[in-house]
Amino acid sequence: MEKYIEAPILPQDIQELRAGDMVYISGTIYTARDAAHKRMQETLERGGELPLELQNNVIYYMGPSPAREGRAIGSAGPTTASRMDKYAPQLLDLGLKGMIGKGKRSQAVMDAIIRNKAVYFAAIGGAGALLSKSITQSTLIAYDDLGTEAIRKLTVKNFPVIVVIDSLGNNLYETAIEEFQQMKF
Amino acid sequence: MKIVTTNEITKTVKEMCIEASHFLSDDMKNALDTASNHEKSELGKQILDQLKDNLKIAGEDMIPICQDTGMAVLFIEIGQDVHIEGGWIEDAINQGVREGYTEGYLRKSVVKCPLKRENTKDNTPAVIHYSMIPGDKIHLTLAPKGFGSENMSRVFMLKPADGEEGVKEAILTAVRDAGPNACPPMVVGVGIGGTFEKCAWLAKKALTRPVDQRSAIPYIKDMENELLQKINATGIGPGGLGGYTTAFAVNIETFPTHIAGLPVAVNICCHVNRHSVREL
Repeated sequence: MEKYIEAPILPQDIQELRAGDMVYISGTIYTARDAAHKRMQETLERGGELPLELQNNVIYYMGPSPAREGRAIGSAGPTTASRMDKYAPQLLDLGLKGMIGKGKRSQAVMDAIIRNKAVYFAAIGGAGALLSKSITQSTLIAYDDLGTEAIRKLTVKNFPVIVVIDSLGNNLYETAIEEFQQMKF
Repeated sequence: MKIVTTNEITKTVKEMCIEASHFLSDDMKNALDTASNHEKSELGKQILDQLKDNLKIAGEDMIPICQDTGMAVLFIEIGQDVHIEGGWIEDAINQGVREGYTEGYLRKSVVKCPLKRENTKDNTPAVIHYSMIPGDKIHLTLAPKGFGSENMSRVFMLKPADGEEGVKEAILTAVRDAGPNACPPMVVGVGIGGTFEKCAWLAKKALTRPVDQRSAIPYIKDMENELLQKINATGIGPGGLGGYTTAFAVNIETFPTHIAGLPVAVNICCHVNRHSVREL
């Protein structure tokens, strides 16, 4: 099904999303990848404040290429989500509601998604030029010394994603493949 | 003897970095078109068409095809009758990478120490594979490698008794484990034989062979075709979201090996299988 939602995401919107839905996100989302997650975890361990509000928000696992003059951002596709598996459950428990990336997640992340009624979306890996067209604004908000790995606040309009793991724990990576599998391993 | 200056090398490497990040070779584009025409999964076809749009936008608007513009891997084959003037060749290559990644608005994805992880901010150093060839030419193949797929690559030190079936099983295992993480449809580069590092080098080199060109060795060609068919029967599909297009090609290179060994390396590349080729 095709669905249009706003970010930050309302809990009732998340409960209606099902694995396999094509979703177009408009509103505000944040970028963070490996180095930023490591720093956020260290901040939480010290009892410090995170540089972004997590409640109902969406983190996009992405590090863009530099923007040419007059453009909001450069190429901007998803990075592999499993590298953030170590950090994601804690952020979900603190209110994070959505993650955008690509690739499989761990059981611990799956459990945290169900526990917190959250959602994991995939964007098309390797389609960074196309995806950049749905990002209208990008502001660096923390960790600028990390370069492409800094945390950015993005304004997106109809940003295209697919629900891979929904709030009930349905996993599209498992179900979609079965349909086309002609040979068992 | 022919003289090539380091300035020419720098300029060429710079141009190759920018070209490879924005334009794919014709064999890759054709493979995408063919796959889009044949894919039976509706979502799979939709994804393939988006990848075609993505390529078009990348070239027209000069936005890198993928934000991960990779670590620059350069195969440089130097004719033994070439004399290089103007400084140290490695500095010249890295200067080309520095200029290409900075002036071309490419992402700087390299950290200086793998443990301390401080970004070098200019994507240097490149990974350079030198080899000598007869004649007075320099052949350069630049293949910027993204790490979504690089991370899913494997080396298997098989036993001779594992044989051909063991090799096939190893390749299928690597592909199955990679699944959606490696941004399928992928290109599967395989090196069989040599030593631990030689098979990995062969697998990387295999990725630079056009996807529509099969091995010249008949039984290796058969193995490439058989494996491609099996990989496309896994159901992984475009984006890992189901379908019959999981890989565009399996490219296998081989080398003599030791009586006690059967090394196999599988270097997976995503659908953005970039390489730029030049001759000086």
